[in-house]
Order: sequence, then C-alpha cells, then structure tokens
Amino acid sequence: MEYVIEMLGIRKEFGGFVANNNITLQLKKGEIHALLGENGAGKSTLMNVLFGLYQPEAGEIKVRGKSVKITDPNVANDLGIGMVHQHFMLVENFTVTENIILGAEPTKGGIVNIKKAANEIQALSEKYGLDVDANAKIQDISVGMQQRVEILKTLYRGAEILIFDEPTASLTPQEITELIQIMKRLIQEGKSIIIITHKLKEIMDVSDRVTIIRKGEGIGTVVTAETNTDQLAEMMVGRQVTFKTEKGPANPTEEVLNVQDLVVLDYRGVERIKKLNLTVRKGEIVGIAGIDGNGQTELIEAITGLRKIKSGKVLMNGQDVTNKKPRQITETGLGHIPSDRHKHGLVLDFTIGHNIALQTYYQEPFSKMSIMNYKEVSKKAKQIIEEFDVRSGHGEASLARSLSGGNQQKAIIGREIDRNPDLLIAALPTRGLDVGAIEFIHKRLIEQRDKGKAVLLISFELDEVMNVSDRIAVIHDGEILDIVEPKETNEQELGLLMAGEKRKSAGAVKGDE
Amino acid sequence: MSNRVINILVPVISVIIGLIVGAIVMAVSGYNAVDGYIALWNGIFGDSYTIGETIRQITPYILAGLAVAFAFRTGLFNIGVEGQLIMGWAAAAYVGYAVEGLPKFIHLPLALIAAALAGAFWAFIAGVLKARFNVHEVIATIMLNYIALHVSNALIKVWADGGDKTQRILETASLRSPFLESMTQYSRLHWGIIVALLMVVVMWFILDKTTRGYELKAVGFNHHAAEYSGMSVRRNIILAMTISGMFAGLGGAMEALGTFEYVGIKGGFTGIGFDGIAVALLGANTPLGVIFGATLFGSLQNGALNMPNEAGIPTEIVSIIIALIIFFVASGYVIRVLLEKFNSKKEGK
Repeated sequence: MEYVIEMLGIRKEFGGFVANNNITLQLKKGEIHALLGENGAGKSTLMNVLFGLYQPEAGEIKVRGKSVKITDPNVANDLGIGMVHQHFMLVENFTVTENIILGAEPTKGGIVNIKKAANEIQALSEKYGLDVDANAKIQDISVGMQQRVEILKTLYRGAEILIFDEPTASLTPQEITELIQIMKRLIQEGKSIIIITHKLKEIMDVSDRVTIIRKGEGIGTVVTAETNTDQLAEMMVGRQVTFKTEKGPANPTEEVLNVQDLVVLDYRGVERIKKLNLTVRKGEIVGIAGIDGNGQTELIEAITGLRKIKSGKVLMNGQDVTNKKPRQITETGLGHIPSDRHKHGLVLDFTIGHNIALQTYYQEPFSKMSIMNYKEVSKKAKQIIEEFDVRSGHGEASLARSLSGGNQQKAIIGREIDRNPDLLIAALPTRGLDVGAIEFIHKRLIEQRDKGKAVLLISFELDEVMNVSDRIAVIHDGEILDIVEPKETNEQELGLLMAGEKRKSAGAVKGDE
Repeated sequence: MSNRVINILVPVISVIIGLIVGAIVMAVSGYNAVDGYIALWNGIFGDSYTIGETIRQITPYILAGLAVAFAFRTGLFNIGVEGQLIMGWAAAAYVGYAVEGLPKFIHLPLALIAAALAGAFWAFIAGVLKARFNVHEVIATIMLNYIALHVSNALIKVWADGGDKTQRILETASLRSPFLESMTQYSRLHWGIIVALLMVVVMWFILDKTTRGYELKAVGFNHHAAEYSGMSVRRNIILAMTISGMFAGLGGAMEALGTFEYVGIKGGFTGIGFDGIAVALLGANTPLGVIFGATLFGSLQNGALNMPNEAGIPTEIVSIIIALIIFFVASGYVIRVLLEKFNSKKEGK
C-alpha cells in the first residue's frame, strides 16, 4: 500500500494542555481522506503540525515513505503539501493572478511577468475544471470562486497533497456540489486530499476513508463505504447522538412578542421589512424559515433596538418598545443570541469571564456604586462555563478569541439563557457547529420553552427549523408569507414557500398590490 | 527560558543594541564613544542636580503617555495630546497669575483643574466630531493641534499686553518646592511628579476597577458588541477622548506651574505630546509601562544635554544616538522573535 503522507503517533502540547495525543493519519495516494472531529477536538492543530506551523512533541511524519521534519510552511510547500484555508487569504483588490503569484512572482529582468503567469493559471484552471477568470478582481467574484482561487494557488505552487480546512463552511448548497465535483476531478488527476470537517453528510458524499479524533485523541480510521452517519457521530462525540430532537407538545400561553405592521429600511434606504406581523407566545418556539437576505437580519435588529423602525410597532410583554434603546428592550425580558458571534456576540479581546458579564455588568452584584466586582463576575462565569460545558485553555481567564467557535457560541448561549429571558431570540445559533454542540443547543432552547419562556429561532437550515420549532413562520422578501406547523408540512413545501412561490389563500397575489 | 525572563530580557537587550549602534555612530564620526556615554550617564544620574532635572523632565512625559495610552486602550488614536497639553499649559498659567488672593490649598488645585478641563475640552471637541459626525479622530486632533498652538499664542499676546510671555504665576499656584530644590542642588524639580504618579493610579483605577472602564474598553475593542449589550457607543467615545485630554492638560500644567511658571508664545510644538505616543507604545499602553517609557524618554532627553558639554559631541550626533536607542527599544518585537526562535531551537535539541 502506498501512502503519500503518514503521521504516526503525533503528540502536541501547549503548556500542559494536550491538543493532540497519539494520532495516526495515513493518506493513500489518490484518495479523499476526511479528518473528523468536534469543534476543538484538535483537527486544526494536527494539520498545522503537518503544515509546519507547529512542531510535534512526539511522533513521526513520513512523506512518500521518507521520514521528514517539517519545520515551517516553506518545507511543507517544497514537499508538495498545500493548504486551502477556511478563511481565505486573498488581497481583495488584486486580480486572481496577482493573488496566486503573490510571494512567488515569476520575474523577467526584475519585472513581474504577469502575462505568462496569467496564461499558466488559466491553463491550470481549465485542466481542473475550475472555471476561474485569471484576470478578475477578488472583490468582484463570489465566495465559491474565491475558494477556487485558493485551490489554484496551491496547484500553481505544485501541490500534490491538498488540505481543505472546513471548505464548505461559507458556501451555498450549489457551490458545495460544485466543490465536490472539483475534488473528484483533482483526485482523477492524481492529487491526494485531506478534508477537515465536522459535517457528516459531506463525508459520506465525498470521502474514501475517515480518521476520527476526539478531545485530541486518535479514535481510529474507517472506510466510508463501510460506515454510516450514526456510527461516525458516535465515534466523534463518544456517545449516541440523536439527530431528531426529542420534545413534547408545546403549551403556549400569553403573548410575549407582538410585531405589528413593521416596516424597516436597510442602510441604503430600501424597504427590507414590509408590514410584517408576528406574535410569539410563552411556551412555544417560533421558527423563522427563509433564504438568507429576505429581511431576517433587519427583523431581529428592529426588535432588539439595533436598527431604526420606520413604522409599525413592537410590543414586548405588552410594553411598547418601538425604537427604544437596546438596553431598555433587554430589560423588558429579552435575550438575544446574535447571528454574528464575532461582531455582536463577543468582545474577542476580553476574557470569557468579562464576556459573560456583557449584558449584566452594570447590575449588582457585578457593579456596586460604579465599581466593578470582578470576583463576582468570575464566579458567575465559572458557573456558566461549568453548566454549558464551555471548554477553553484557562477557564474564565481565557481570551474569547482563543476559544473554538462552538465554545464561543456556548458561552454566548449560556450568558443569554442564564438571565432567564421571557423571549429568547436565537439567530443562527448552530451555524458552523458540530452535531454534538447542535444537539446540546437545541436541547437548551427546548428547555427554555418547557420552562414557559418564548423562543424565536431564525435559521437557514430547514432541518433545524423543522426539528425545533412549534410553529414555522416563512419569511420572504420582508413579509411573513405563511405560518405552518412542522407536522403539517414537509421540506418541499417549505422550500417552495421560502422561494415565495405559494401564497396563503387569504393573501393577495403579488401583482395586485 | 520562561516568558518572564524573555519579558525582562527584551528591553535590556534592546537598550544594549541601541547603545552599541550609537557607539558605532560616534566612532565613525570621530568621537570617543566611551566619553560620550559617560557624559550621557552623568547627565542623567551624575549628581543630585541632574537627577532632579531628569525627574522633572520625566513628569510631563508620564502625563502625555497616559493620555495616549488611555485613548489607545479605548480604541482611539489621540494625536492631539500636543494641542491639549498646550491648552492645559495656557489655562494653568492664566489661573496661576490672574486669580489672586486665594490660599495655596485652593489656588494650586484650581490651576490644576483648569488645565485638566482645558485639555479635556480640547479633546472633547474631537470626541464629539467622531461620535456625531464620524470624523476620524486622527484628522480632527492633528488639526486641533495647530488651532491650539495659535489660539494659545493669541491669548498670550492679549494676556501679556503684546509681550511674548505672561507674568509669573503667583506663589500660591506653584508646584515648586524649596525643599525639593535644596535637596537637589537647586534643580527645578517640583511636586508635579506626585501629580503624575497619582494619575497613573487614576488611569489604572478607571480602566480596571470602574464599571465605566469596562464599558470604555468594550467600546474600544468592539463597538458592535458594545452596542448590542446596550452601551452608548457615542457617549463612551466622547468620554474616552475627554479623559485622555484631561491627562494631556495636566501635562501642560506641569510646565506652567512647575518648570517654567509662565506660558510663552511658542514658535512650534513642544514635542512632548508627540513623544507621548512613543512613550505609550513603549509602555504597551499600560499605566506602569508608561512610567517606564517616560523614564526612558525623559532620562535620555535630559542626559543628552550633557553630551556636547562634557564630551564635545555635537547636538546633531547626540540626537541621532538618542533616536537610535529609542528606535531599538521600540523594535523590541524583533528581539522578542529572535529570542523565542533561539529558545525553541535550544528546546528542540
């Protein structure tokens, strides 16, 4: 059996914290090998070891059968290892060609030979069916296209082994299908691929074999064709995972949120919410289903006071909170898990402890007579970290930036749920998380409901909306098109509604308005 | 090597490299480097007089450094410390000579408060411009520096009836101390250093102890998250700028009430405010770090005065040497990287 890469018994520590222990990964020539693990399981650490960014404490790396020491990324490049990063490393206002040759510019008499490079890149692009225009500027092309530029970059530098780090995280379903085709094409041309992911469906679709790691330990390698998602999930999480969320029937009581004829403009002055009506009652979870960009962001921002309301009304617990300040609205009993955890949810340069006080820092016991009591803050933080299983290097003293995405999200959810709000707005609460974390978060949302609180869930994932909500409001072009119950509908019908194709019989036909 | 050792080694090695390169410059220009450095040393620590003068020089640097560091910590770049300091200087001097008949324990604090308010107001303008109209504080404060310089010059002309400096401040507003002077062979050392050190504590207290400090830092790091949590971003930006300006204004008071005891028409900027940027960066924007940065700046500045006299090195060369030392300290990052590399290699073996 010919292995192009063998990582044998790799161990990596960070000052006492074991990020990788005894992990073995063997990549065959011409295969797509998935590296599966929860957020923070040590996948990125392992790949950074392979890419020369970290030096392992123990273990051996062999490339094409020869033992090697990869001391920095340049060595990895020379060995034909290329990495397609999750967050693209591209210069926005450079062209595709300029980005690809950056750092390895072909020169002729001291002058960069752009034309020659552009031709080579165009040829490469055609060979692998990437369909990239070598002369386009990065800022003008889609996210999927930008990813292909990253792929081209590694190919241009002669990579034989490509590492994809969470490649589908920011892609649309259509782009994901195309990416899978591209990967298969790369394999046909003799490349080998490692794909880092926690999405089980993709693994089943694309990979030949899977290596699973859990909490830094190597669990094993299985052949994809001989396994299934349940088994993979169990190996990854270490226990049985239910994909279908268990919950009893809802017991809705009085109204918490009442949105009446809401009109909201975006920053350009275009109407994004058009006379929207919505109510959420205690003891129910209302899911908002819709395609990204149909007014979800504007709706949440209007309710939470982050955006001006042009007309209409928002009532929280019977109080008019239209155009009130965020804090006034929060104090009427609102909790908000924001869709962008880095932008709104966390101060990344604060510790996790300080972040946990973000909504309550000015209240007793955290603040007395304008003086902070950081002891109380860390007490509360420790409690939430414990209760919500937030994992980090140094507990509540870790910088929020240093946590993995799933743990950051758990900290935010802990902070918001701990305040026990009457209405919890959860915007894309599970984006980018692994199955274990998703299951945990769904359970927490349902727990809130069962405690008699209201939950408003916004999600782009149909599965999630169908599984968790008691009522589903379909948003399209700034209006609620229809409200349906999950058991009376299916994904197809929802999909059509989300595309705006079916209207409520009572509603007018769009052209008549 | 632990992190702690590296943290101590970095500035030490930086200063040594700076001194070596400075020595090369002196040698190449035909001067004796050893004599030069002995003169520099004597200019800083030579006797109680020079020590007094060195501490006097450090005082306004601490306050200018605090002003810049406070703004940095709250996400703002205050380049206007120079202008705020000039306004503080003028205000303190005016209150110092024009308000008569007060006892010292009222007059001196009053003059200090006047300086703090003047600096705070000057920075407040830039804060409002940023918070309300989204004018970048760098541009606003640079322009306000020029306005401050000329407004202060115009005021002095009026106050001095066409002269080029005001009368001396009254004894009741002065920071000078016969006790400190006699202890240091009649240097101009004054009580201002106590004010400056007190402000170091104030900055630490505001940022790390108060609820407002938590808000100011949150707004500085991520104003989106601050807004989400219900903080008023605008109010905090204005407040951060104002507090920063207060420190700068007090820096001006040190000159008005301590060193010079008057304010005179200036042909150009004092430079203290701009050096404050370097002081803050050298001190990693922490209150204690600012003391370190200001000490380095103030000492070198004061010691340099002695190099032409004692070692016959022209002031131009002296300026180059001082700049080189500061340059190497500021590029401590490079030395840190080298040390860590050296360290990991050793561990690898």
